[in-house]
Amino acid sequence: MTVTAVPGTAAARRPVPRLRKLEDERWLALVLLAPTAILLGLFIAYPFVEGVLLALSDARVGDPGHFVGLANFAKLWNDNIFWTAVWNTFWYTGVTTVFKLGLGLWLAMLLNRHFRGKALVRAFILLPFIIPTVLSTFAWKWMFDPTFSVINWTLHQLDFITQRINWLGDPNLAMASIIVVNIWRGVPFFAISLLAGLQTISPELNEAAAIDGARPWARFWLITWPLLLPVTMVVMLFSVIQTFADFQLVYVMTGGGPANATHLFATYAYQIGIGTGLLSQGAAVSLAMFPFLFVIVVIQLLYIRRVEVR
Amino acid sequence: MIEGALWRRWIFYNIPLILFVFVLLFPFYWMIVTSFRPDGELYRPWNAVNYMPFWTNHPTLEHFRYLFEETDFGRWMVNTMFIAVTSTVISLFCGVLAGYALARLNFPFAGSLGTMIFITYLVPQTLLFIPLAEIIRNFHLGDTPWSLILTYPTFLIPFCTWLMMGYFKAIPKELEECARIDGASRWKAMLYIIVPIAVPGILSAGIIAFTLSWNEFIYALVFLSSPEQKTVAVGVTSELIRGDVFFWGSLMAGALLGSVPVAIVYSFFVEHYVSGLTGSVKG
Repeated sequence: MTVTAVPGTAAARRPVPRLRKLEDERWLALVLLAPTAILLGLFIAYPFVEGVLLALSDARVGDPGHFVGLANFAKLWNDNIFWTAVWNTFWYTGVTTVFKLGLGLWLAMLLNRHFRGKALVRAFILLPFIIPTVLSTFAWKWMFDPTFSVINWTLHQLDFITQRINWLGDPNLAMASIIVVNIWRGVPFFAISLLAGLQTISPELNEAAAIDGARPWARFWLITWPLLLPVTMVVMLFSVIQTFADFQLVYVMTGGGPANATHLFATYAYQIGIGTGLLSQGAAVSLAMFPFLFVIVVIQLLYIRRVEVR
Repeated sequence: MIEGALWRRWIFYNIPLILFVFVLLFPFYWMIVTSFRPDGELYRPWNAVNYMPFWTNHPTLEHFRYLFEETDFGRWMVNTMFIAVTSTVISLFCGVLAGYALARLNFPFAGSLGTMIFITYLVPQTLLFIPLAEIIRNFHLGDTPWSLILTYPTFLIPFCTWLMMGYFKAIPKELEECARIDGASRWKAMLYIIVPIAVPGILSAGIIAFTLSWNEFIYALVFLSSPEQKTVAVGVTSELIRGDVFFWGSLMAGALLGSVPVAIVYSFFVEHYVSGLTGSVKG
């Protein structure tokens, strides 16, 4: 590589036509990275700094506000709804991730075989993940409608219930319903990604273990699972971050209700920041997500490093 | 795979698979049935005697008519398409260039820049939407498609960059060096030799970027306010719900039609989509 770099640096010292500068890899890299740097700087780095400043002020819609230090965060500390949102976010992320991983892995194992219509099934099951979340969530909201619910009808036909269940009107059931919809949406992503991971595992390993007398469960735990772990970790990282910062699903299903019971960080930030116009307070709620996301990302980066070194 | 008798195959494989497919697809079936069902059949309580959940005797196009005649639905589709295509093109342009630079060029801080772009990929939209709304207003982009066309690349570029990095890394160095020996300049070797080879990668990145921007909701919800500027997801949410009244028929019709473009794009390129997803997963 140094061979190509040397004439470039030599050329840079003389006055040269501008395109010649691109012979130098450093100049070329600068030019190639410029559009990305500008867009990400303007719409990620700058808003992030702006967000921190906003959270430290008492700005409202139409009023730039003054610096107030950590007052917004102190207010959140004493805010019961905020703590409900924190608890909900962790619960929502934790429970759905366990189910998405479990069911996704199961589905991946089911798909990792030869059967007729495999391509078709694989194409169809990704639909929940492809279709815009808001639109598919409306279908669920309609299925959960207390008066017209097809779920209630089914449970009634099966003699599980005698009265109507108000899925989204009862705080506990509302949370459970949201969790179900999130799992439904996330399982295909896990399944397809883990399926890709499974296909990189050589079948001979499994066959050799089978010949040595390993039962299916042992084969799974001792061969498949360890080899699948790197893919699993990456898939989980994306899923955990998306779920932790989720907005669309809750916004459509309950809007954070009933009685603020299903708020997550994002929906609560939206309600305060945009709904009631307390920009600074809303920004503080959003930013409160950051330390957690940061920890998740650091863990993931360390993990990726370790795997790459190995 | 080692499999047992026929009954075992049904119990352990076929029945669970059928259940998975049924549960994953049922909401879409429900969407379709609802959007063709006349109001008289639609609004029948679940415990009514003549509740018929799975079939409709007198299908109607009434809800679709309402959608196109009484709302700006056509407009929303055009808006969403324009925004998704434009921001995808911008992101692909930036992502291909940046991915190339990070994967194939020697320059200081290449590694840490790559890590930084990876981290921005993990900054969710919900972390920044409030300060961004202020910035969009200061730039006088509020309530225009450009507010979304310029902000969507913040989550699309990092994704495209990482996907392209993987593709570029896999292309042998010799190809470029041959072109250089034949007299091509550094950037011509990139443009005419390496980028064409990476077209499958560019295609998958484009498809996923398109579906991701079609799916985006919170920026569109916060940055757009007038009905004729909205995207499908926001328009359907704000215009087909009046207070407590949900226009379920039209809502489902809108959801169905709003899903069609991504479903078409995806069905044409399903293999690219899967390989793109898994490519990004393998990192």
